Amino acid sequence: MSWFTKFLSSSIGQKWIMALTGLFLMLFLVIHLIGNLQLLKDDGGEAFNTYAFFMTHNPLIKFVSISLYLFILWHAIQGIRLWRSNQAARGSRGYAVNYARSSEVSSRNMAWFGIVIFVFLLLHLYQFWLKMKLGVLPPAEVAAYDHPVQNLYLPVKEAFSNIYYVLFYVVSMVVVGFHLWHGFWSSFQTVGINHPRYNGLIKSVGYAYAVLMAVGFSFIPVYMYFVQQ
Amino acid sequence: MSIKTSPALNSKAPSGPISDKWSHYKSTVPLVSPNNKRRIDVIIVGSGLAGASAAASLGELGYNVKVFTFHDSPRRAHSIAAQGGINAAKNYRNDGDSVYRLFYDTIKGGDYRAREANVHRLAEVSGNIIDQCVAQGVPFAREYGGLLDNRSFGGTQVSRTFYARGQTGQQLLIGAYQALSRQVSLGAVKLYNRHEMLDVVVVDGQCRGIIARNLLTGELERHAAHAVVLATGGYGNVFYLSTNAMMCNVTAAWRAHRRGAFFGNPCYTQIHPTCIPVSGDYQSKLTLMSESLRNDGRCWVPKNAADVKKNPNDIPEADRDYYLERRYPAFGNLVPRDIASRAAKMVCDEGRGVGSTGLAVYLDFADAIKRDGHAAISARYGNLFEMYEKITGEDPYKMPMRIYPAVHYTMGGLWVDYELMTTVPGLYATGESNFSDHGANRLGASALMQGLADGYFVLPYTIGSYLSNEIRTGAISTNLPEFDKAEKEVRDRIERLKAIKGKNSVESYHRRLGKIMWDKCGMARTEAGLKEAIQEIQALRADFWKDVFVPGSDAEYNPELEKALRVADFLELGELMCEDALHRNESCGGHFREEYQTPEGEALRDDDNFMYVAAWEWKGEGQKQDLHKESLDYEVVKVSQRSYK
Amino acid sequence: MKLNLKIWRQGGNYKNGQFVQYELPNVNPHMSFLEMLDVLNEQLVSKREEPVAFEHDCREGICGTCSMVIDGRPHGPMKGTTTCQLHMRHYNDGDTIVIEPFRAKAFPVIKDLVVDRSAFDRIIQSGGYVSVNTGQAQDANSIPVEKDQAGRSFDAAACIGCGACVAACPNASAMLFTSAKVSHLALLPQGQVERKRRVLKMVAQMDKEGFGQCSNVKACEAECPKEISVSNIARMNREYASAAFTNESN
Repeated sequence: MSWFTKFLSSSIGQKWIMALTGLFLMLFLVIHLIGNLQLLKDDGGEAFNTYAFFMTHNPLIKFVSISLYLFILWHAIQGIRLWRSNQAARGSRGYAVNYARSSEVSSRNMAWFGIVIFVFLLLHLYQFWLKMKLGVLPPAEVAAYDHPVQNLYLPVKEAFSNIYYVLFYVVSMVVVGFHLWHGFWSSFQTVGINHPRYNGLIKSVGYAYAVLMAVGFSFIPVYMYFVQQ
Repeated sequence: MSIKTSPALNSKAPSGPISDKWSHYKSTVPLVSPNNKRRIDVIIVGSGLAGASAAASLGELGYNVKVFTFHDSPRRAHSIAAQGGINAAKNYRNDGDSVYRLFYDTIKGGDYRAREANVHRLAEVSGNIIDQCVAQGVPFAREYGGLLDNRSFGGTQVSRTFYARGQTGQQLLIGAYQALSRQVSLGAVKLYNRHEMLDVVVVDGQCRGIIARNLLTGELERHAAHAVVLATGGYGNVFYLSTNAMMCNVTAAWRAHRRGAFFGNPCYTQIHPTCIPVSGDYQSKLTLMSESLRNDGRCWVPKNAADVKKNPNDIPEADRDYYLERRYPAFGNLVPRDIASRAAKMVCDEGRGVGSTGLAVYLDFADAIKRDGHAAISARYGNLFEMYEKITGEDPYKMPMRIYPAVHYTMGGLWVDYELMTTVPGLYATGESNFSDHGANRLGASALMQGLADGYFVLPYTIGSYLSNEIRTGAISTNLPEFDKAEKEVRDRIERLKAIKGKNSVESYHRRLGKIMWDKCGMARTEAGLKEAIQEIQALRADFWKDVFVPGSDAEYNPELEKALRVADFLELGELMCEDALHRNESCGGHFREEYQTPEGEALRDDDNFMYVAAWEWKGEGQKQDLHKESLDYEVVKVSQRSYK
Repeated sequence: MKLNLKIWRQGGNYKNGQFVQYELPNVNPHMSFLEMLDVLNEQLVSKREEPVAFEHDCREGICGTCSMVIDGRPHGPMKGTTTCQLHMRHYNDGDTIVIEPFRAKAFPVIKDLVVDRSAFDRIIQSGGYVSVNTGQAQDANSIPVEKDQAGRSFDAAACIGCGACVAACPNASAMLFTSAKVSHLALLPQGQVERKRRVLKMVAQMDKEGFGQCSNVKACEAECPKEISVSNIARMNREYASAAFTNESN
């Protein structure tokens, strides 16, 4: 085994994979949220569709997005593997009394949150991303380009006019928030960034980030459902 | 001086000036060449400071070492609980310390009952211990300049104690444990955890191995070696309640004693003055509060016995008796351990003891808090105060602590010569399990020093003197008839214990033995009391072998059986301790006979008749043991009465 | 006070393990938790039953021998306290207390509440030391160590090796134990020479023993009787990666 595969297959190396892929995904979420904010413009989807076209056609972003798919998969597969090996390490018999108060809900349930998020993601991709990739969406004219672009705004608007879908979306975002609540700080800890001077800052930023993401992503469908209808 | 050393005891102390003895010995002791070391097996029993350090050092030298510990891990040994520190004559403080002063303080502190040559060697190697431990990564306390800090300790006028917060023993043991672990990983040392030594095997007058019980399977195992080292600690648990860990016992040393190793000065017991008092019958062990508390705390009891149940804060100054300050104005609350302990006993015997049992005195910090402030006291003793509160549920910042003396250390142990060899050739004893360096009373912070000195810097040299004659012996067979016999005896003993199926628990016998020992062979002893104790112990022992109940099987993990084997040996040791205390018609250090005291109640030594080591020889079950004397002929130190007035 | 105990029994008459209920009528609030178990055992022996096997030794909170999970928490409810230092005054008359052994695949149960923690020894043997033979050391004061740095090293070295971290961790991870040793030595000048080699070997051994991975739950820190900080885990993560990426030999 080369030193690199040895590192990646060690317990700490596996955690580094989780942390680094996680940090990348967190960065992506910020970009995603900024993009989604285009939906709030009351322009019939013009800004959103412009943004969607840009994101799917810029060569650099296309390259980054391929790594994004890989990282999502890697993060998920690695996460499941860790979860299973951790369960094996606990042994076949658990405790009769489980005391949970010495740790946070978010930290103990990362795998469950991850699974919920993954299911959400599949649905999410099927509903929007896949349609875009297959090119089955109707065209829309935007000012920024001299040719029509795919109207991604249409399925989004349709989805967010369904109260059940909005609810499902919001619940999923809360789960994302929990996942990030622990994930942000945890990633820094895993890559060894822990210093008494900055621990408070890292934690505060992490919590703020988690809340911002959960609230930010949830706000859009809620707003669209109640205001833009 | 008319004391004649028994011909059976040859101390082998080298001749020549005291400061040259060790260096001369080292340069002339026979050596074992590296290729021969590979062919020599050494067994070490015990993995505390003395055992782990010896195992690591001998492994490094190239011997094949086997280490046995009854714990699950070598790191659990009771050396770990030592709080205060370790002495070394480094003179880093420029306060006039020297090897000679450490030597002198130790001899004087031991009430002139230790062997000069051994103690001087201990002082000589003390500095090397600190070097070694620092190199291993022991995180000793430091000053802002990055250099090592020192504190002072009872019975000395210099600051020579190195410490790691209140956990010096833990850090030193972990250092030795790591050195041992390194040798295990290199294959030089084989570790047998959860194995208890139950007998030594002597073949043609030489120690050739041990019988050990695998505590998980109950299997008896034979292990042969060219030399066996016992580093099995002290026997303070003969008193049932002591500051020793629950599993500390005398079995290894006692089994060796029964195979011919003389037992030295069994009656010398150190009673530590500052322990948390007994609170009820269920009590299993006593907890030590560091001696350093006496730097700021003032010991007192009510002047009138009528006040003992009152809230101490309601007793006015005029009605308090600060008995140590009254009796020892020069040293006050900082008198040595044995003196502070006896003084506490004396006031409690007068009916002025406090607490629910009447067996406690106050250690009061109110004045210190008033003088230095809450913050200063908390910085000095915060962790100790917390521990006290955890155990007693009382806040020492508001209420004076209640303390009482408790058995802490045994100066006695297997008799060893200058080379740390017992009277059985090839059988060594190191650390607390031997009798050697502390005389009749040990100074604070000297136990860690002795354990590590023996293991790191003494035994690796002295064992060569014996093993250099073993290079042609070859591997020792465990099929010798002596192994058969020893194993059978152990097996029979276990069978016999199990077959009794009586009605009393092992614990109940241990508790009763402890009470006899504490009442009659504890802080103060009398001829009549000791004679009674001997009879009571004999009766108790007979009852034990008739009516003890040992539950469970001997083919699996069975702590009750382990305890039964240990208590059986304590029941024999207790009698010998009383015999020793009875024959020593003087008071010295940790041995106080009420008949022998000055008009002021201080210990009265009798150097003309008792300046010797008492080494007892086992003569068989039910037989009186033979006394052998090793005369202590001091070449350097002038013997005088200890005074702390 | 009166207590109901529900204790895990395994081995002896309870081959595959089961909970057994006991009633203890006269518990003195000043007893320590282990003394309470002593009383129970005396009671069992007097009824000619086999006492509950549990490990204990110093009863001062320093040897790390005592190991049991009390109502779901290793060493019970008090912060920074080993089982032996826990006192019954923290319980109320009529309480039911559930006592279980430490559970982890790497800590197999030997009997009742006794588990095998020798995996910890093997982790230390794999590299948790400074390689210095007896007699090789230079003068102690030739290695100055900054006071606070020595203090931080001590904080990590205060680990008593009890295994509560593993017992508390939902993943049965030994990261806190291993990282405490890595930190203790990495923070000192004496530990520098073997710094990379040490962390690589210790982590490899830890993985081999079958402990789980750290997911930064921090239950270990919360339950550690010596309150060892998870910052040690971060340090080990850093040390390990840096060693893996920069070590030139093997």
